Amino acid sequence: MSQAMSQGTKPKHTLSGEEIIRCTGVNKWYGEFHVLKNINLNVQKGERIVVCGPSGSGKSTMIRCLNRLEEHQKGTIVIDGIELTNNLKNIELVRREVGMVFQHFNLFPHLTVLENCTLAPIWVRKMPKAEAEERAMSYLTRVRIAEQARKYPGQLSGGQQQRVAIARSLCMSPKVMLFDEPTSALDPEMVKEVLDVMIGLAEDGMTMLCVTHEMGFAKSVADRVIFMDRGEIVEQDTPDEFFSNPKSDRTRLFLSQILNH
Amino acid sequence: MTDNVQSVGLPDERPPANTVGPIAWLRSNLFNSWYNAILTILVLALLVSAIPPFVGWLLVNAHGFDSTSTVCRQDAGGACWGFIGEKLRFIMFGMFPWDEQWRPLLTICVFIALLVASCDRRFWKPWFGLVWAAGLTLVAILMWGGVFGLTYVENTLWGGLPLTIILSVIGLAVAFPVSILLALGRRSDMPAVKVLCVTYIELIRGVPLISLLFMASVMLPLFLPNGVSVDKLLRAQIAFIMFAAAYMAEAIRGGLQAIPKGQYEAADGLGLSYWQKMRKIILPQALAIAIPPLVNTFISFFKDTSLVIIIGLYDLLGTAKAALSDPSWRGFYREAYLFIGVIYWIFCFSMSKYSQKLERDLNRGHRR
Repeated sequence: MSQAMSQGTKPKHTLSGEEIIRCTGVNKWYGEFHVLKNINLNVQKGERIVVCGPSGSGKSTMIRCLNRLEEHQKGTIVIDGIELTNNLKNIELVRREVGMVFQHFNLFPHLTVLENCTLAPIWVRKMPKAEAEERAMSYLTRVRIAEQARKYPGQLSGGQQQRVAIARSLCMSPKVMLFDEPTSALDPEMVKEVLDVMIGLAEDGMTMLCVTHEMGFAKSVADRVIFMDRGEIVEQDTPDEFFSNPKSDRTRLFLSQILNH
Repeated sequence: MTDNVQSVGLPDERPPANTVGPIAWLRSNLFNSWYNAILTILVLALLVSAIPPFVGWLLVNAHGFDSTSTVCRQDAGGACWGFIGEKLRFIMFGMFPWDEQWRPLLTICVFIALLVASCDRRFWKPWFGLVWAAGLTLVAILMWGGVFGLTYVENTLWGGLPLTIILSVIGLAVAFPVSILLALGRRSDMPAVKVLCVTYIELIRGVPLISLLFMASVMLPLFLPNGVSVDKLLRAQIAFIMFAAAYMAEAIRGGLQAIPKGQYEAADGLGLSYWQKMRKIILPQALAIAIPPLVNTFISFFKDTSLVIIIGLYDLLGTAKAALSDPSWRGFYREAYLFIGVIYWIFCFSMSKYSQKLERDLNRGHRR
């Protein structure tokens, strides 16, 4: 079981105990540079995890390994019972179940908001177009942007684009959502609208892994906070413990740097 | 405080007279510095000295389309459009049997109809490929004949504008998908595919088109076993396709490289397969970016079809030259080249104009 569980801390809501992600001894190198060092991480269904750490600590790389946007060289990653290897079929299967939201949104600029949302359901899930559009509209309504469905991404603000990106991922009905610094590229006044959508998702029981510097979000939403530094998981704990009683010096240093400015 | 508030209701005033109107335009565009003023005057002098004689030759002193070469030679002060009048059908259709020349004429019409229809984005659907297939079948029937009571015409007799259009349109239409595959292959993760594509592109780009045409017409038959012969026109067509594909692949690669990595990652992250990702996300954007260099290639290849003259095919330029070899019309090359120049220009200018419209349409909406 995860370290958080073994330390006896309790999640904010009841978890099924069913495991959906299991990383064992994951290592990755960029050339000679050791970016991920012996990562062990288990995630249960419905668990909300915030990953934080200084830049270059490997947190983005770690969650990008979970849908094989990055390849790990050692160790095993099993998502929903499927191991990520060079097998393309497996990779595509995992990617269907794992939604990803990027720092720079990465919406498709040549497609309308609605087409952005229906593309993968139609082509990957082979869903009829009408059904895909209906679902897309319901998710766009949920992220409060339905009235922009016919516009192109370039006509929207950053916050709106990021909400569309979240809706686009949700349209695939993923079992896990990965967020890679979803608010870092946003103007300050737009951060809240995106965080509100993410909080709503968390309340609905979505399994989430979120790399973010939004410590307020971590405190109020996360079941577990993971602190990474120099490619390793240094500490993981409930937000209460993590913020009030950090165990390692590196964590204390990091927290003092981000909280006291 | 109130001193800083402008009084409301000031009337609109005209801008100063020296900043608007024709005088101001002249001053800012043609005489804004002493060297531009000199240039303007020089260019004006050049135009004044060149245009009236040209117009005089072209129209005023010219002989009409029904004039004979004898009349033209007696009074050589103007163009002799009688040459075009008499040789028009030869220049346009080459040695195609005289009584059957409605067939190449219809061929030209079919091609123009297909091309104009293809310009409309509403027809950019898979079924339109069938329209093209039907159109090309019709062209083949018209040109070759041998069915439906049409007499059979060997393709060595084809010439003029239909030949130019067949070589360039079919050449570019086949080369385009090949070039997409080459461009994707060049960026592939699979080393064998990549090496193959890079080698092909660099090899073909490294030799002149003429040498490729020579190879296709002279060397290829040497390598083929006795009795096997590939049609000369087909060999030229293949040489064109190979050459155009290599060039277009590089234009498309430029477009592919302009697509941000995030687009690939977002497509991957949604679980799209490689081909879905390319077809739906990457290529639509990359090809839109690659339009200017692609059209550049299209235009230069349309004109490069005239190189087939060196292997004995008579395209538009070839038939014009052949028409000039008629002893009674020898020397009227200005009329001949001006005439086919205008035809080439109409095609190339239409391509250029259409590509500009397409760029605007594709960029509308989704760019801020």
